[in-house]
Amino acid sequence: MFSVCLYFHIHQPYRIKRYRVFDVGVDHNYFNDSSESDLNNKRVLAKVVQKSYLPTNDVLFHLLKKHPEFRFAFSFSGVLLDQLEEDFPEVIDSFKQLVDTGRVEIMGDTHHHSLAFFYSRQEFGRQVRRHRKIMKRIFGQAPRVFRHTELAYNNELARWAEENGYMGIMAEGWEGVLGWRSPNFLYQPQGCSKIKVLLKNYRLSDDIAFRFSERSWSGWPLDAKKFAKWVLAHHGNGQTVNLFMDYETFGEHQWEDTGIFEFLKSMPGELLKHPHTTFKTPIEVVESNETVGVIDVPHILTWADTERDLTAWTGNDMQKASIGALYALEDDMLASGDSGLIEDWRRLQTSDHFYYMCTKWFADGDVHAYFNPYDSPYDAHISFMNTLADLKLRVAPRGHSKKKRKQLALV
Amino acid sequence: MRVLMLGWEFPPYHHGGLGVASLGLAQALVEQDVEVIFVLPKKLDISHDSIKLVFANVPNVKIKSVDTALTPYLVSHEYARLRSLTGSLVYGGSLFEEMARYAELIGDIAREEEFDVIHAHDWLSYLAGIEAKHVSGKPLILHVHATSFDQSGRGPVNPQQYEVERHAMNIADVVVTVSEFTKDTIVNHYGVDPRKVQVVHNGIETASLDDREDDLFALKASGKKIVLYHGRLTIQKGPDYFIRAAKRVLEYNPNVLFIISGEGDMEHQIIRLAAELGISEHVLFAGALWDEERDRMYRAADLYVMPSVSEPFGLTPLEALIKGDTPVIISKQSGVSEVLKHALTVDFWDIDEMANKIIAVLGNGALSKELSTNGRKEAFGITWHKAASKVVEIYNDIVNFFKK
Repeated sequence: MFSVCLYFHIHQPYRIKRYRVFDVGVDHNYFNDSSESDLNNKRVLAKVVQKSYLPTNDVLFHLLKKHPEFRFAFSFSGVLLDQLEEDFPEVIDSFKQLVDTGRVEIMGDTHHHSLAFFYSRQEFGRQVRRHRKIMKRIFGQAPRVFRHTELAYNNELARWAEENGYMGIMAEGWEGVLGWRSPNFLYQPQGCSKIKVLLKNYRLSDDIAFRFSERSWSGWPLDAKKFAKWVLAHHGNGQTVNLFMDYETFGEHQWEDTGIFEFLKSMPGELLKHPHTTFKTPIEVVESNETVGVIDVPHILTWADTERDLTAWTGNDMQKASIGALYALEDDMLASGDSGLIEDWRRLQTSDHFYYMCTKWFADGDVHAYFNPYDSPYDAHISFMNTLADLKLRVAPRGHSKKKRKQLALV
Repeated sequence: MRVLMLGWEFPPYHHGGLGVASLGLAQALVEQDVEVIFVLPKKLDISHDSIKLVFANVPNVKIKSVDTALTPYLVSHEYARLRSLTGSLVYGGSLFEEMARYAELIGDIAREEEFDVIHAHDWLSYLAGIEAKHVSGKPLILHVHATSFDQSGRGPVNPQQYEVERHAMNIADVVVTVSEFTKDTIVNHYGVDPRKVQVVHNGIETASLDDREDDLFALKASGKKIVLYHGRLTIQKGPDYFIRAAKRVLEYNPNVLFIISGEGDMEHQIIRLAAELGISEHVLFAGALWDEERDRMYRAADLYVMPSVSEPFGLTPLEALIKGDTPVIISKQSGVSEVLKHALTVDFWDIDEMANKIIAVLGNGALSKELSTNGRKEAFGITWHKAASKVVEIYNDIVNFFKK
């Protein structure tokens, strides 16, 4: 049976407010911007909830009722759920309503949407365990398929996931890795024996997520019928078409007036018109298909840019300095025993902070500029480093004078 | 295409960016097969011969000069003072009479020369531009490098100057501004129809880096960081905000020197302000530095700051990047911030933010390097060639329109 596997990634970071050097040692609230800017997390979330989450939930709920075959997966970041529980608990209930149908799978992730795997394996483990605990608490599910921050994947991560009991793991279906092979089959990661890789069909996914409203695109205007035809063209030559995208695609990245909700409403019906076609969640895809070959990814593969690597997050010297300094604090942070301090340190690990410092907009188009709430990547870096200076101050030895500690922290 | 270009200053007689911009654009136009007749009013204390010398090596640029006492950055009372100092009362009694005289003298040139379009740089040549249009019937393009609102630091403007600007902008067939920032000013404050306004950002000459030793290497070897201001000391350029930010920086990092290169009517006020704030020993006045001296200062600096209150374009940050490989902080109230993205920007009045960013750059090598490397690359792409290509398009469009 040919299946379509949908997963939606849902995440919003705790953006750092404009945090000046004069705030160091004075103000320990880094994420509480209350201005009209996009650094105001509560304001951004309120907008996204209204424009995207609630209306999309509504569409999906009706789709689940209408089509018994319809099913999909959610990948939540923990920091998003923290923010929703704090300010918009009714939205959590709305998500729970979907999950309670029994046809929505919850995927594994890091709680803080971090790249900790590449910097501290212990910290990574702690964040995954926390995420798992919260998924069980809120949704009553223990994730069995793992999806990593920014879809960052390599052989080592696959081995880690296998050792930790996951049955499947997600990666970008990029031809730089696949060569002539198709992303529409399951593969076995190099060095693993049980776990299977699900590869994102990025062309079809991005037709919706990135190109849907682009008038200069040859596929425009895209309707469900046309899209179903493209998907079904893989029938007979593939096990599964994996469509992975950000949940904000619906109503936020693609506004309501582009027709994106109408598209979503009719897409499952158009696909199901074809016999021998169904929807499967990631774990169902894994359990009902065998792998067709081995996939070898020694270097880090992500969803981003033409190179599908991590350079949008850790490519320039500012980004390297920031993330290096952050993980260098691990021992001090944990030794402090101060849970508020440790949580602040973890919120700084969210990958978005490093993405905002990316300076290669000009080569890679507008994607980075569009999502940057700061005046420039330099401004993002300055606020980050000042915040880090304050964190250091909070753990610096108490013996020094306040002024001396401030100087130590700024170095 | 032949253009009658009206201006008043040309390098090496520096008073500010206007001469540099006029020459840069004229040369790039010549490279794109435009013939340029450049008319200059003759300043009393500059000999005619020396002006000609500057152009001797520029092919196809024909220099004309007429006798008036105009200089670009004078305001009426300064002009009156200058006149009384030099004791020369050959010509009319006010700046405005001089401007009218420039316009009168243009008449003869406009009758003698053949050209397709008139291109007048900045406000003192606007009336001359109108006269040339009147005599020849050719289209008039005004090139707005600044307005009276810039000169007054967005404060109350000289009503006579405003009237000349407004009048000329409304008569002109095309108004070119050096930025969107200036376009907004003339649309909102002069009532100019936005459809006849074209933005042409300035370019910059891309000379190679000066690799001689820094002037200040001894200071730097002692661990001092250097923050540079380079510009006229006038209300428009915001030197007072620079000094106030310096005070704030020094509270956090006393190991910084602030160097001021430039002269102007606020010089004494700035010296007093530094003393009042108790930071005199951290503020050095270098006088107005030009050419090699200026480039070496750019190179010595760890950071260049342009805190302008109202800057139509602002060439100096690009110079600092190209000549000095030095990162820059620029005012958001500037035209250059529209084309230079690899820079830190601040509102000129936001002293805390300016200080925050100065401290960040001085203390963070990764940030400084990223800013200077990317900014320099970007600055090299901001060329007079691009500006001239746009101007040629504007010439062709207006000339074709006049033919119809």
